[in-house]
Amino acid sequence: MASGPTKEMLAELASRPGRDTIVSTFIKAVFIGLSLLFLAALLFAPLVTVFVTALEKGYEMYFESFRDSDTIAAIRLTLITAAIVVPVNTVFGIAAAWAIGKFEFRGKSMLITLIDLPIAVSPVISGLIYVLLFGAQGWFGIWLQEHDISIIYALPGIVLATMFVTFPYVARELIPLMQQLGNDEEEAAITMGAGGLMTFFHVTLPKIRWGLVYGVILCNARAMGEFGAVSVVSGHIRGMTTTMPLHVEILYNEYNFVGAFAVASLLTLLAVVTLIVKTLVEWRTGYTRTK
Amino acid sequence: MAYAIPEGQVNVRHFLKLRSASIALAALIALSGCGSADDSSGITLLNVSYDPTRELYREVNAEFAKQWQQESGQRLTIKQSHGGSGSQARAVIDGLQADVVTLALAYDIDSIQRKGKRLGANWQTRFPSDSSPYSSTIVFLVRSGNPKGIRDWEDLVKPGIEVITPNPKTSGGARWNYLAAWGSQLHRDLQGDWSKLENPADPQVQAAQAAAEKFVQTIYRNAPVLDSGARASTNTFVQRSIGDVLLTWENEALLATQALGPGRVDIIVPSTSILAQTPVAVVDTVVDRRGTRQVAEAYLRYLYSPVGQEIAAKHHFRPSDQKSLEEHRDEFVELSLFTIDQAFGGWDRAHEAHFADGAIFDRITSVKDAQ
Amino acid sequence: MSFRAPSILPGFGITLGFSTFFLSAIVLIPLAALIAKTGTMGWGDFVSTIFDARAIASYRLTFGASLLAATLNGVFGFIIAWTLVRYEFPGRKIIDALIDMPFALPTAVSGIALTAVFAHNGWFGQYLAPFGIKVAYTWIGIVVALTLIGLPFVVRSVQPALQEVQRDLEDAAETLGAGRFYIFRRIIFPTVMPALLTGFTMAFARAIGEYGSVIFIAGNLPMKTEITPLLIVIKLEQFDYAGAAALGFMMLVISFIMLLSINLLQAWGRRRHVAAGR
Repeated sequence: MASGPTKEMLAELASRPGRDTIVSTFIKAVFIGLSLLFLAALLFAPLVTVFVTALEKGYEMYFESFRDSDTIAAIRLTLITAAIVVPVNTVFGIAAAWAIGKFEFRGKSMLITLIDLPIAVSPVISGLIYVLLFGAQGWFGIWLQEHDISIIYALPGIVLATMFVTFPYVARELIPLMQQLGNDEEEAAITMGAGGLMTFFHVTLPKIRWGLVYGVILCNARAMGEFGAVSVVSGHIRGMTTTMPLHVEILYNEYNFVGAFAVASLLTLLAVVTLIVKTLVEWRTGYTRTK
Repeated sequence: MAYAIPEGQVNVRHFLKLRSASIALAALIALSGCGSADDSSGITLLNVSYDPTRELYREVNAEFAKQWQQESGQRLTIKQSHGGSGSQARAVIDGLQADVVTLALAYDIDSIQRKGKRLGANWQTRFPSDSSPYSSTIVFLVRSGNPKGIRDWEDLVKPGIEVITPNPKTSGGARWNYLAAWGSQLHRDLQGDWSKLENPADPQVQAAQAAAEKFVQTIYRNAPVLDSGARASTNTFVQRSIGDVLLTWENEALLATQALGPGRVDIIVPSTSILAQTPVAVVDTVVDRRGTRQVAEAYLRYLYSPVGQEIAAKHHFRPSDQKSLEEHRDEFVELSLFTIDQAFGGWDRAHEAHFADGAIFDRITSVKDAQ
Repeated sequence: MSFRAPSILPGFGITLGFSTFFLSAIVLIPLAALIAKTGTMGWGDFVSTIFDARAIASYRLTFGASLLAATLNGVFGFIIAWTLVRYEFPGRKIIDALIDMPFALPTAVSGIALTAVFAHNGWFGQYLAPFGIKVAYTWIGIVVALTLIGLPFVVRSVQPALQEVQRDLEDAAETLGAGRFYIFRRIIFPTVMPALLTGFTMAFARAIGEYGSVIFIAGNLPMKTEITPLLIVIKLEQFDYAGAAALGFMMLVISFIMLLSINLLQAWGRRRHVAAGR
């Protein structure tokens, strides 16, 4: 139902002049040029700065940075946090996108807006709200203390704050995509007797795979890179509650620029993961298509 | 939902149940992993401190743990936490289980006492020298060779001089900078006689306060950047080459000249400055609950021992012990130092008059007044 | 059931139920704590906190710079997504993989790196300085930082939509002799529009709350380059939780109204589109 051309449209199209290859080549050059220029100024320059600084004192110093036990602890904490946060938010994102993208109901825009909200909340506030809930002066503070449970200044707080910050990402990638794709194929599958899950995995999932891939990648990148909110609930205990971004700040503030940017450069490895995942998805879909 | 196909419905439900079960499991694991940080094989202490003391405490902790093991046979691990002094104090108020706090200003420990009720009101009298085993002062960092000829406070307001200092609203160090600048003018105008301040109606005092306000206002009006923390300011000044003079702690200035390459910046010590006391305290509620009072107190006392004082001096903090200080006179230049009690009547009054919302700092930096 | 339109697809109850439950647990209850904290301060204090001259100057800067950054992202994000999806050129895959970097890099690192690049002695700053263009420590720097941190949103939203645009439809139109611009305007743009608007919205939302990267490049001068999240931090530094919560609440309300308007606009556009298609 979405974006189907009407007969009048096609007829009108037929009366238009033919395409001009010179113009299209020109447009291509302009688009590529603009993209590269924009990215060079905004994205590549900072990235290069990171690597230049990290490698300032040679490869040995660079790799030496990862031998520090606090650095290793920070990397582990970041990986654990992402391993909890990303799957949970992915399940939520798919569920929310199914409900919102496939059905029409009242208050939908309101629900979408509430899902969007964590993105607009300042990281400082994202951390603060958990302090207000679980801090010593917070709603559950006394109860938690009596039962000797630590939420903030420990892993659960870091996970919660990260979950809040990355909450909308998968959902927000999937919702417009599902809306755009429409329900026709799913309805056909259900009519033909397929189960709900079967329909989802065999009809919907292949269509939304790119949205899902980007959603998970964004969610993961943000989960690993989040600084502000985590900083508020971390307690900054070296080797225990410092995530990679916090550790970067610590090293930078120690004038250990090489170490700081070396750890930061590790986060750019995520780009390599993205590359592999995308290639895998492309390869699999290419495979099913030829089949 | 009469039209729903039962089989599908069951499937989805089952699927989601499985997922939520795994979420709950993950949450449980997360909780159990972090319930208690105590190591069964020994004792731990958490020292919550501010930014510039990382290097200092790394060394102190190693030395003290060694000594403690010899004396008591217990294996001791001291965990460090560093950040902005104010936000560290907030973390302790909100439940960070710090056995000891070692912060940039007494105001922050006072806040822990008042808002968090975590230690006794008399905390500052429990250890010698106002519970400050080491201290620092505020000095200038200028470009190598001092091209603008900055010698003393008055030179900071010369036309065309840009001063780099962090934002006193977000940085403890910046508050010391501000108060040092203000106090230096009072010191000059009152010829060092602080007792005159006891009579605020005295015309001479009023004139001195007005002159000090004008002086501080000029400094902040000419500040091109107000970074959020002391080290961010150092980086702005040294790495970005912005500004002509950096106001900073003496220990930070000495460290910066070493860490960021000698020959790029010079230290200028003014004729007078503030005695920046950086106090320490045992957090009563935490040590009593964890049973670590004895070791926590021994740890802080260790800072006053000859070894502790020597380590402090090595990391560019002025030892509180006169003898240790004299041994390092080549590094710690003698200058006339005034205290916050002398010039401002203590932290509470200084905060109220200068840094609270709508107080003098807000007034002199808002653009509207300039027009 | 007047609550929703009938559909033969299963799973509405369970997915909506789960989503709302999770939304409440992770987002709504914690935000309720923020509102409750705001409630602890008197009405007079609340008004004087949120309508303080400095606060108002900071809203103007924060929302203005965010809008500008999101617009830049809308335009260039679309161009980049288009380039990555439609054109083959050397290095395409690597550039594609690097798009998410602004999320993965800790914001402080982005801020420090951008400041280094755009300071008057930086790689770009030194060429801009002779023209009297100052980026670092001005509002332009804030826009630059906010554009960087929002970049992945637009690109990553538009990309899948572009990938799913029925190529055969375009090819058919092309065979029938439609001009490029015509195809773009009538076929591609309507299909991509919801995703583009989503990307824009998210980039805008993210920019409003951003703190970490901005404080390094902003200069943080009161009334001039002071963003609202910094004012929140300043309140916290004075242990004024209620004041911080009030400013956070104010930002939340403004953001909520803006996001809701955009989402309603989008829902309206979709209904119109569906109606026209049928």
